[in-house]
Amino acid sequence: MKATTRTVDGVEIITLQGKITIGAGDTQLREVIQNVLNSGKTNILLDLGGVTTIDSSGIGELVGSFTTATNRGGKLKLLHLPAKLNELLHVTQLITVFEVYENETEAVQSF
Amino acid sequence: MERGEGERIEITISSRFENIELVQVIAEHLCENAGVDEDGSHWIGMAVREAVANAIKHGNKLDVRKKVHATFELSGPELEIRISDEGEGFDPEQVSDPLNPQNLMKTSGRGIFYMKTFMDQVQYSFNPTGGTSLVMTKNLSRSSGIAQKA
Repeated sequence: MKATTRTVDGVEIITLQGKITIGAGDTQLREVIQNVLNSGKTNILLDLGGVTTIDSSGIGELVGSFTTATNRGGKLKLLHLPAKLNELLHVTQLITVFEVYENETEAVQSF
Repeated sequence: MERGEGERIEITISSRFENIELVQVIAEHLCENAGVDEDGSHWIGMAVREAVANAIKHGNKLDVRKKVHATFELSGPELEIRISDEGEGFDPEQVSDPLNPQNLMKTSGRGIFYMKTFMDQVQYSFNPTGGTSLVMTKNLSRSSGIAQKA
Protein backbone atom coordinates (compact mmCIF):
# COMPACT_ATOMS: atom_id res chain seq x y z
CA MET A 1 0.00 0.00 0.00
CA LYS A 2 1.16 3.49 -0.81
CA ALA A 3 0.01 6.48 1.22
CA THR A 4 0.48 10.16 0.43
CA THR A 5 -0.75 13.04 2.56
CA ARG A 6 -1.58 16.68 1.89
CA THR A 7 -3.44 19.36 3.80
CA VAL A 8 -6.42 21.24 2.42
CA ASP A 9 -8.15 23.86 4.58
CA GLY A 10 -7.01 22.18 7.78
CA VAL A 11 -8.06 18.73 6.67
CA GLU A 12 -5.39 16.06 6.26
CA ILE A 13 -6.17 14.15 3.09
CA ILE A 14 -4.54 10.73 3.01
CA THR A 15 -4.60 9.10 -0.41
CA LEU A 16 -4.24 5.33 -0.24
CA GLN A 17 -3.28 3.16 -3.19
CA GLY A 18 -2.94 -0.60 -3.52
CA LYS A 19 -3.87 -3.32 -1.07
CA ILE A 20 -5.07 -3.03 2.50
CA THR A 21 -4.85 -6.67 3.49
CA ILE A 22 -3.57 -8.82 6.31
CA GLY A 23 0.18 -8.62 6.65
CA ALA A 24 0.44 -5.90 4.03
CA GLY A 25 -1.34 -2.57 4.18
CA ASP A 26 -3.30 -3.14 7.38
CA THR A 27 -0.58 -2.25 9.89
CA GLN A 28 0.76 0.37 7.50
CA LEU A 29 -2.60 2.14 7.52
CA ARG A 30 -2.58 2.14 11.34
CA GLU A 31 0.89 3.74 11.36
CA VAL A 32 -0.08 6.41 8.83
CA ILE A 33 -3.13 7.39 10.88
CA GLN A 34 -1.12 7.40 14.12
CA ASN A 35 1.55 9.62 12.57
CA VAL A 36 -1.03 12.13 11.36
CA LEU A 37 -2.77 12.22 14.76
CA ASN A 38 0.57 12.49 16.58
CA SER A 39 1.39 15.54 14.48
CA GLY A 40 -1.68 17.23 15.94
CA LYS A 41 -3.89 16.91 12.87
CA THR A 42 -7.20 15.37 13.83
CA ASN A 43 -9.44 16.00 10.81
CA ILE A 44 -8.68 13.17 8.42
CA LEU A 45 -10.12 12.41 5.00
CA LEU A 46 -9.14 9.00 3.64
CA ASP A 47 -9.18 8.92 -0.16
CA LEU A 48 -9.72 5.25 -0.98
CA GLY A 49 -10.21 5.58 -4.72
CA GLY A 50 -6.91 3.84 -5.45
CA VAL A 51 -7.45 0.89 -3.15
CA THR A 52 -7.43 -2.25 -5.27
CA THR A 53 -8.01 -4.95 -2.62
CA ILE A 54 -9.20 -4.92 0.96
CA ASP A 55 -10.00 -7.80 3.31
CA SER A 56 -11.49 -8.12 6.79
CA SER A 57 -8.19 -7.04 8.35
CA GLY A 58 -8.20 -3.89 6.25
CA ILE A 59 -11.83 -3.23 7.18
CA GLY A 60 -10.83 -3.73 10.83
CA GLU A 61 -8.08 -1.15 10.46
CA LEU A 62 -10.53 1.36 8.97
CA VAL A 63 -12.76 0.83 12.01
CA GLY A 64 -9.79 1.10 14.37
CA SER A 65 -8.61 4.28 12.66
CA PHE A 66 -12.08 5.80 12.98
CA THR A 67 -12.17 4.98 16.71
CA THR A 68 -8.65 6.28 17.30
CA ALA A 69 -9.37 9.57 15.53
CA THR A 70 -12.67 9.99 17.40
CA ASN A 71 -11.03 9.25 20.76
CA ARG A 72 -8.44 11.92 20.02
CA GLY A 73 -11.18 14.48 19.42
CA GLY A 74 -10.93 14.26 15.66
CA LYS A 75 -12.95 13.05 12.72
CA LEU A 76 -12.22 10.49 10.04
CA LYS A 77 -14.25 10.45 6.85
CA LEU A 78 -14.01 8.49 3.61
CA LEU A 79 -13.69 9.71 0.02
CA HIS A 80 -14.04 7.87 -3.30
CA LEU A 81 -15.16 4.52 -1.93
CA PRO A 82 -14.52 1.72 -4.48
CA ALA A 83 -17.62 -0.33 -5.28
CA LYS A 84 -16.39 -3.55 -3.66
CA LEU A 85 -15.30 -1.80 -0.48
CA ASN A 86 -18.68 -0.08 -0.40
CA GLU A 87 -20.34 -3.50 -0.56
CA LEU A 88 -18.17 -4.88 2.25
CA LEU A 89 -19.10 -1.93 4.45
CA HIS A 90 -22.77 -2.40 3.62
CA VAL A 91 -23.00 -6.10 4.46
CA THR A 92 -21.35 -5.50 7.83
CA GLN A 93 -23.50 -2.39 8.43
CA LEU A 94 -20.35 -0.31 8.86
CA ILE A 95 -21.60 2.03 6.17
CA THR A 96 -23.77 3.53 8.92
CA VAL A 97 -20.63 4.44 10.87
CA PHE A 98 -18.62 6.30 8.24
CA GLU A 99 -19.38 9.54 6.45
CA VAL A 100 -18.66 8.88 2.78
CA TYR A 101 -18.12 11.47 0.06
CA GLU A 102 -17.59 11.39 -3.69
CA ASN A 103 -16.49 15.01 -4.00
CA GLU A 104 -13.31 16.20 -2.27
CA THR A 105 -14.37 19.83 -1.88
CA GLU A 106 -17.67 18.81 -0.36
CA ALA A 107 -15.87 16.41 1.96
CA VAL A 108 -13.37 19.04 3.14
CA GLN A 109 -16.15 21.55 3.78
CA SER A 110 -18.01 19.01 5.92
CA PHE A 111 -15.39 19.09 8.71
CA MET B 1 -12.45 -26.47 -19.26
CA GLU B 2 -16.12 -26.86 -20.14
CA ARG B 3 -18.77 -26.33 -17.54
CA GLY B 4 -19.92 -29.57 -15.97
CA GLU B 5 -16.55 -31.19 -16.40
CA GLY B 6 -14.89 -32.25 -13.16
CA GLU B 7 -11.85 -30.36 -11.98
CA ARG B 8 -9.66 -30.81 -8.92
CA ILE B 9 -6.82 -28.53 -7.90
CA GLU B 10 -4.66 -28.82 -4.81
CA ILE B 11 -2.07 -26.42 -3.43
CA THR B 12 -0.08 -26.44 -0.21
CA ILE B 13 1.51 -23.27 1.13
CA SER B 14 3.63 -22.38 4.13
CA SER B 15 2.06 -20.10 6.71
CA ARG B 16 3.04 -16.74 5.27
CA PHE B 17 0.54 -13.99 4.57
CA GLU B 18 2.15 -13.29 1.20
CA ASN B 19 1.04 -16.77 0.06
CA ILE B 20 -2.65 -16.00 0.55
CA GLU B 21 -2.94 -14.41 -2.85
CA LEU B 22 -1.68 -17.56 -4.59
CA VAL B 23 -4.68 -19.48 -3.30
CA GLN B 24 -7.07 -16.62 -3.94
CA VAL B 25 -5.96 -16.32 -7.56
CA ILE B 26 -6.54 -20.05 -8.15
CA ALA B 27 -10.08 -19.70 -6.82
CA GLU B 28 -10.81 -16.70 -9.00
CA HIS B 29 -9.40 -18.30 -12.15
CA LEU B 30 -11.27 -21.53 -11.52
CA CYS B 31 -14.51 -19.60 -11.17
CA GLU B 32 -13.87 -17.45 -14.24
CA ASN B 33 -13.06 -20.56 -16.28
CA ALA B 34 -16.36 -22.03 -15.10
CA GLY B 35 -18.20 -19.01 -16.46
CA VAL B 36 -18.65 -16.95 -13.31
CA ASP B 37 -18.32 -13.24 -14.01
CA GLU B 38 -15.60 -11.03 -12.53
CA ASP B 39 -17.61 -9.87 -9.53
CA GLY B 40 -18.83 -13.35 -8.63
CA SER B 41 -15.30 -14.73 -8.93
CA HIS B 42 -13.96 -11.88 -6.81
CA TRP B 43 -16.31 -12.63 -3.90
CA ILE B 44 -15.50 -16.34 -3.94
CA GLY B 45 -11.81 -15.39 -4.04
CA MET B 46 -12.38 -13.12 -1.07
CA ALA B 47 -13.98 -15.96 0.92
CA VAL B 48 -10.92 -18.07 0.14
CA ARG B 49 -8.61 -15.23 1.17
CA GLU B 50 -10.35 -14.97 4.54
CA ALA B 51 -10.25 -18.74 5.07
CA VAL B 52 -6.54 -18.99 4.30
CA ALA B 53 -5.76 -15.94 6.46
CA ASN B 54 -7.59 -17.57 9.39
CA ALA B 55 -5.73 -20.85 8.83
CA ILE B 56 -2.37 -19.04 8.88
CA LYS B 57 -3.12 -16.70 11.77
CA HIS B 58 -5.50 -18.57 14.08
CA GLY B 59 -4.81 -22.15 12.99
CA ASN B 60 -1.08 -22.34 12.42
CA LYS B 61 -0.39 -19.23 14.51
CA LEU B 62 2.06 -17.88 11.91
CA ASP B 63 4.37 -20.89 12.29
CA VAL B 64 5.96 -21.04 8.83
CA ARG B 65 6.85 -24.71 9.36
CA LYS B 66 3.15 -25.51 9.37
CA LYS B 67 1.29 -25.77 6.10
CA VAL B 68 -2.08 -24.74 4.80
CA HIS B 69 -3.65 -27.13 2.32
CA ALA B 70 -6.26 -25.94 -0.16
CA THR B 71 -8.33 -28.21 -2.38
CA PHE B 72 -10.77 -27.03 -5.03
CA GLU B 73 -13.22 -29.51 -6.52
CA LEU B 74 -15.59 -28.52 -9.26
CA SER B 75 -18.31 -31.00 -10.09
CA GLY B 76 -20.87 -29.63 -12.49
CA PRO B 77 -21.90 -26.27 -11.04
CA GLU B 78 -20.91 -27.28 -7.50
CA LEU B 79 -17.64 -25.89 -6.21
CA GLU B 80 -16.26 -27.30 -2.97
CA ILE B 81 -13.27 -25.63 -1.36
CA ARG B 82 -11.44 -27.20 1.56
CA ILE B 83 -8.88 -25.22 3.55
CA SER B 84 -6.97 -27.20 6.20
CA ASP B 85 -4.32 -26.12 8.68
CA GLU B 86 -1.97 -27.98 10.99
CA GLY B 87 -2.79 -26.05 14.15
CA GLU B 88 -4.51 -26.97 17.36
CA GLY B 89 -7.96 -26.00 16.22
CA PHE B 90 -10.21 -23.18 17.29
CA ASP B 91 -13.87 -22.82 18.05
CA PRO B 92 -15.59 -20.72 15.40
CA GLU B 93 -18.61 -20.45 17.70
CA GLN B 94 -16.52 -18.17 19.91
CA VAL B 95 -16.42 -15.58 17.13
CA SER B 96 -19.02 -12.97 17.98
CA ASP B 97 -21.65 -11.73 15.54
CA PRO B 98 -20.16 -8.66 13.83
CA LEU B 99 -23.67 -7.32 13.15
CA ASN B 100 -24.48 -7.15 16.84
CA PRO B 101 -24.42 -3.40 17.66
CA GLN B 102 -22.04 -3.98 20.55
CA ASN B 103 -19.57 -5.61 18.14
CA LEU B 104 -19.94 -3.13 15.28
CA MET B 105 -16.79 -1.19 16.16
CA LYS B 106 -14.58 -4.20 16.84
CA THR B 107 -11.46 -4.32 14.72
CA SER B 108 -11.65 -8.08 14.09
CA GLY B 109 -14.16 -10.90 13.77
CA ARG B 110 -15.56 -10.28 10.28
CA GLY B 111 -13.68 -12.94 8.28
CA ILE B 112 -16.07 -15.83 8.91
CA PHE B 113 -19.02 -13.51 8.38
CA TYR B 114 -17.71 -12.57 4.93
CA MET B 115 -17.14 -16.24 4.08
CA LYS B 116 -20.73 -17.07 5.03
CA THR B 117 -21.97 -14.06 3.07
CA PHE B 118 -20.23 -15.00 -0.17
CA MET B 119 -20.52 -18.80 -0.06
CA ASP B 120 -23.58 -21.09 0.17
CA GLN B 121 -22.25 -23.20 3.06
CA VAL B 122 -19.34 -22.93 5.46
CA GLN B 123 -18.53 -25.81 7.79
CA TYR B 124 -15.66 -26.46 10.15
CA SER B 125 -14.40 -29.86 11.22
CA PHE B 126 -11.61 -30.80 13.59
CA ASN B 127 -9.12 -33.56 13.06
CA PRO B 128 -8.60 -35.57 16.29
CA THR B 129 -4.86 -35.54 15.61
CA GLY B 130 -4.82 -31.78 15.16
CA GLY B 131 -5.73 -29.24 12.55
CA THR B 132 -8.90 -27.58 11.43
CA SER B 133 -10.59 -28.08 8.10
CA LEU B 134 -12.97 -25.60 6.62
CA VAL B 135 -15.25 -26.70 3.79
CA MET B 136 -17.05 -24.06 1.77
CA THR B 137 -19.44 -24.79 -1.06
CA LYS B 138 -20.93 -22.66 -3.76
CA ASN B 139 -23.33 -23.50 -6.55
CA LEU B 140 -21.81 -21.53 -9.39
CA SER B 141 -25.02 -21.56 -11.39
CA ARG B 142 -26.36 -19.15 -8.78
CA SER B 143 -23.33 -16.89 -9.05
CA SER B 144 -23.69 -13.81 -11.16
CA GLY B 145 -22.62 -14.24 -14.76
CA ILE B 146 -22.70 -18.04 -14.86
CA ALA B 147 -25.70 -18.06 -17.18
CA GLN B 148 -23.67 -16.32 -19.89
CA LYS B 149 -21.86 -19.53 -20.72
CA ALA B 150 -24.82 -21.86 -20.16
